[in-house]
Amino acid sequence: MSARSIVSAAALVLALAAPGSMQTLAQANPEMIQIGLSTDKIAITAGFEGTDLTIFGALDNADPLVQRQGRYDVIVVLEGPSKDVVVRKKSRFLGIWINRASETFEEAPLSYSLASTRAMQDITDAKTFASLSLGTQGLNLKPKFGQKRATLEPFTQALREVKTSQGLYNERPGGVEFISKNLFRATLALPADVPIGHHRARAFLFRNGMFLKESRTELEIIKSGFEQQIFRAAHERSFFYGLFSVTLAMLIGWLGRVIFKRD
Amino acid sequence: MGIYLPIAELSVNLFVLLAMGAAVGFLSGMFGVGGGFLITPLLIFYNIPPAVAVATGANQVIASSFSGALAHYKRNAIDFKLGSVLLFGGIIGSTFGAWIFASLRRLGQLDLVVSILYVVFLGTVGGLMLIESLNTLRQRRLGATADLKQPGQHNWIHRLPLKLRFKVSKLYVSAIPVVALGAFIGLLSAVMGVGGGFIMVPAMIYLLRVPTNVVIGTSLFQIIFVTAYTTIIQATANQTVDIVLAVLLMVGGVIGAQYGASAGQRLRGEQLRALLALLVLSVALRLAFSLFSTPASLFILDTLDGKP
Repeated sequence: MSARSIVSAAALVLALAAPGSMQTLAQANPEMIQIGLSTDKIAITAGFEGTDLTIFGALDNADPLVQRQGRYDVIVVLEGPSKDVVVRKKSRFLGIWINRASETFEEAPLSYSLASTRAMQDITDAKTFASLSLGTQGLNLKPKFGQKRATLEPFTQALREVKTSQGLYNERPGGVEFISKNLFRATLALPADVPIGHHRARAFLFRNGMFLKESRTELEIIKSGFEQQIFRAAHERSFFYGLFSVTLAMLIGWLGRVIFKRD
Repeated sequence: MGIYLPIAELSVNLFVLLAMGAAVGFLSGMFGVGGGFLITPLLIFYNIPPAVAVATGANQVIASSFSGALAHYKRNAIDFKLGSVLLFGGIIGSTFGAWIFASLRRLGQLDLVVSILYVVFLGTVGGLMLIESLNTLRQRRLGATADLKQPGQHNWIHRLPLKLRFKVSKLYVSAIPVVALGAFIGLLSAVMGVGGGFIMVPAMIYLLRVPTNVVIGTSLFQIIFVTAYTTIIQATANQTVDIVLAVLLMVGGVIGAQYGASAGQRLRGEQLRALLALLVLSVALRLAFSLFSTPASLFILDTLDGKP
């Protein structure tokens, strides 16, 4: 929160310095951004192979001049549940590749889907993204044990890269489109392996590369019916789940013999 | 067609898994082995997390062992006393193995140790089997009769104390090597997700000198219980048994085994053993290759509870 107020303060100073933007400063009503989801729960079924999630939003009190010039940018992200993640680095030992060094990151989001009006680097600079913890590159990844930046950097980068290659961290430039003067539609990619749990959807509004406002909403991703029951049974009644797995295996083995009558 | 595995937490292709189960079932029917030593590496090649592959592999072995054991029970080819003593050791080994499994996972070395164990065991057993079967094939061609078992010959194992009498096996042997063998197989079952038949059978024949007609039945009998115990332990301690994955493999496996069994009857014993040896060796080589070859990415991600 403090990072954001610093950015807003910086934006104010910039606005004062630039004579052209006196008009916007005088504006009585500041821009507002809102997003909404048609549902607060998404159920994943057995055949889930990933999908697009559409989030609608509204931009209120927009300056028509800035809007005509297309200088408003919106970034919408869906951040999955967080967990401590260990990044392990393999190195060669007696010719074999072994996990040697490792770094633990505290509460890294398991998934991170982003859609934006334009390519990220065209919206604003990396420093602003970092201060907002925004974007797969700007996302703030905190080490669990205080380490030096230099030793940490390859692991941080690896975490971003591996997650991106798995499709769990993804960015879609052009994924946010204005469908009318005030309404926009964000299309985010949910990968097939999207983690279940509590997801946070956030929308960030930028004007001329300056961060203005944020709006957020929540989304629960659950396993539907059968899968969820299995998952819960495995975790909550693990002993009986194990017993059931064994019984089922014996039943299938026995059925195989009865049906096919071999020997 | 994609299907979501609730415990592995990823989507996989239904038909790939059924085919995998059927292929392994075919081989296990053909060679009379449980197939766990093939299923677990195949699942790992198919990007199933090793922790889930190992635990689910153990579950899958129950089905094929149970099916096989029923057939041997009908023929009275199970030594229940010997099987129970083996099982006693197996439970100890499996408990210890599950603890090792959890520790290795915490240290991030589970995948490595599982791969190395597979390379060592599959490489050794496959190599020995290949040499033995090729020798038999050569001798047969020369007209000599193969003589594997020399009755009456005793080794150091038969001089140990705490002797027990096993009537069905016509054996009077110390309980120590039997329990130790059982414990060793139980350990492998927990760490590698195998039934251990590929080690149990030769060890019973060559070390304990159990008559060949009861070896397979007795080994299957004890494997059912050790893998059942392993499955329950893994389910309780690690929550890594994926029942959807296991059922798909079992269904494929049961069907494949029928065709494998009839195919196996058309081949001669030493030819079968040579083929199985080649198969075992190629899995070992494939795993060894991935140990030594430079990985595509030097970094891997891991959560402390082993889930992706």
